[in-house]
Amino acid sequence: MKPAPFAWHGPRSVPEAVTVLSEHGSQAKVLAGGQSLVPVLAMRLAEPAHLVDINKVTELDTVTTTPSGVTVGALARHSRVEHDAAAARAQPLLRQALRLVAHPTIRNRGTTVGSLAHADPAGEMTAVLALCGGSVTAVSNRGRRVIAAADFFLGPLESALAADELAIEAFFPAAPLRAGTAFVEIARRHGDYALCGVGAIAELDPAGRLTSLRCAYLSVFDVPLVLDVTRSWLSGESDAAEQARSAVDPQTDLHATADYRRHLAGVLTIRAARQAISAAEQGAFAA
Amino acid sequence: MSEPSEPRYDVPLTVNGAHRSARVVARRTLSDFLRHDLGLTGTHVGCEHGVCGACTVLLDGAPVRSCLIFAVSVAGQQVTTVEGLGKPGEPGSEASLSPVQRAFRECHALQCGFCTPGFLTTITAGLAANPAPSRDQAVEMIAGNLCRCTGYQNIVDAVLRAAELTGADTPAVQERQ
Repeated sequence: MKPAPFAWHGPRSVPEAVTVLSEHGSQAKVLAGGQSLVPVLAMRLAEPAHLVDINKVTELDTVTTTPSGVTVGALARHSRVEHDAAAARAQPLLRQALRLVAHPTIRNRGTTVGSLAHADPAGEMTAVLALCGGSVTAVSNRGRRVIAAADFFLGPLESALAADELAIEAFFPAAPLRAGTAFVEIARRHGDYALCGVGAIAELDPAGRLTSLRCAYLSVFDVPLVLDVTRSWLSGESDAAEQARSAVDPQTDLHATADYRRHLAGVLTIRAARQAISAAEQGAFAA
Repeated sequence: MSEPSEPRYDVPLTVNGAHRSARVVARRTLSDFLRHDLGLTGTHVGCEHGVCGACTVLLDGAPVRSCLIFAVSVAGQQVTTVEGLGKPGEPGSEASLSPVQRAFRECHALQCGFCTPGFLTTITAGLAANPAPSRDQAVEMIAGNLCRCTGYQNIVDAVLRAAELTGADTPAVQERQ
């Protein structure tokens, strides 16, 4: 249970980190919080020759909220994002989902952008980024690009980041006007990986009628799955649940069968949607 | 644990208020650094992949898994281990124990004791953030730590008792009494 040897690089700035990645990218991994990467190294499921440790690149330890949304730097720990009041007001899904990310002790070290780069389809923050239509900004010696969430998650643990690219920040758009959000999941114990989780954004028109209801699913598909369930919901809650059950593609493992996870996708769709619509109606989260 | 050619790095830390330093390979975890390089064996290593919580220490005051952090990543930072929770005094005496440690003794919140250092650090930080937790909040506070002996009930009792003891230690409460 000890990691294999690696060459350690401790850049102090983004340009330094990018330079290292341009030289060693194909054999390097970026280390931020390490709450997913270090276990992988300890179990020797991966043995990267180079580790680019960005824990001293303090310029990336930022959470910035503007009327358009929340920008989270690559060194911002989950706990910092979770406790940022302005960020929670702009995009309530951040705090709603972050309180379900592992345990507080893990959130004190793990980073939000790191969990996106890890691209685990069981990760809460991947679902949030996909649901609110956010993006990840990557830099390399070749330049800078913004990757939309829809193009970022390619498969389980596979993101669109190239080997020489560093994800420097993620952007979570603010919740729309007259919108409500919710994030619910079922786990064996609080803080464990979710057997299934659902995030929802409901939008109302000025008369209070539902105009849009979208849900994101974790742990039941290869990538964060986003469904527009507006029409099915308006024809009945059970129709929306059925839409979710037929869209997901869960796997059986020792924690739950595929059938049970599929069942949960339906149940949690109704639960998340009701909460999101109720929140929108109360105007609690209206911009 | 090092290959002959593996580079070593100076890692200075402030541990329990004292300046400590050692020269280690980059893959040295903070838990092994504390135990093997600094001789602070109070921090226990259980699963070594972040599940059990036995290795929890406070990094700049916040609880973290020391087995999931490389020592070189936290050079220059402050670490508090279970050895740093108590107060000066005869080891094991009432006066030497922190409120959380006293509560563990009173409530019989440990049996074999392997997981205890991780619980003590976690609860110490948890009570600093929430000095008067409900029973549900106490359960959630320790949800990231595994104990295979106690069944947790006495540990939850100890969280609540430690909150009482901590409150009684604060001047405002003493004045009211």
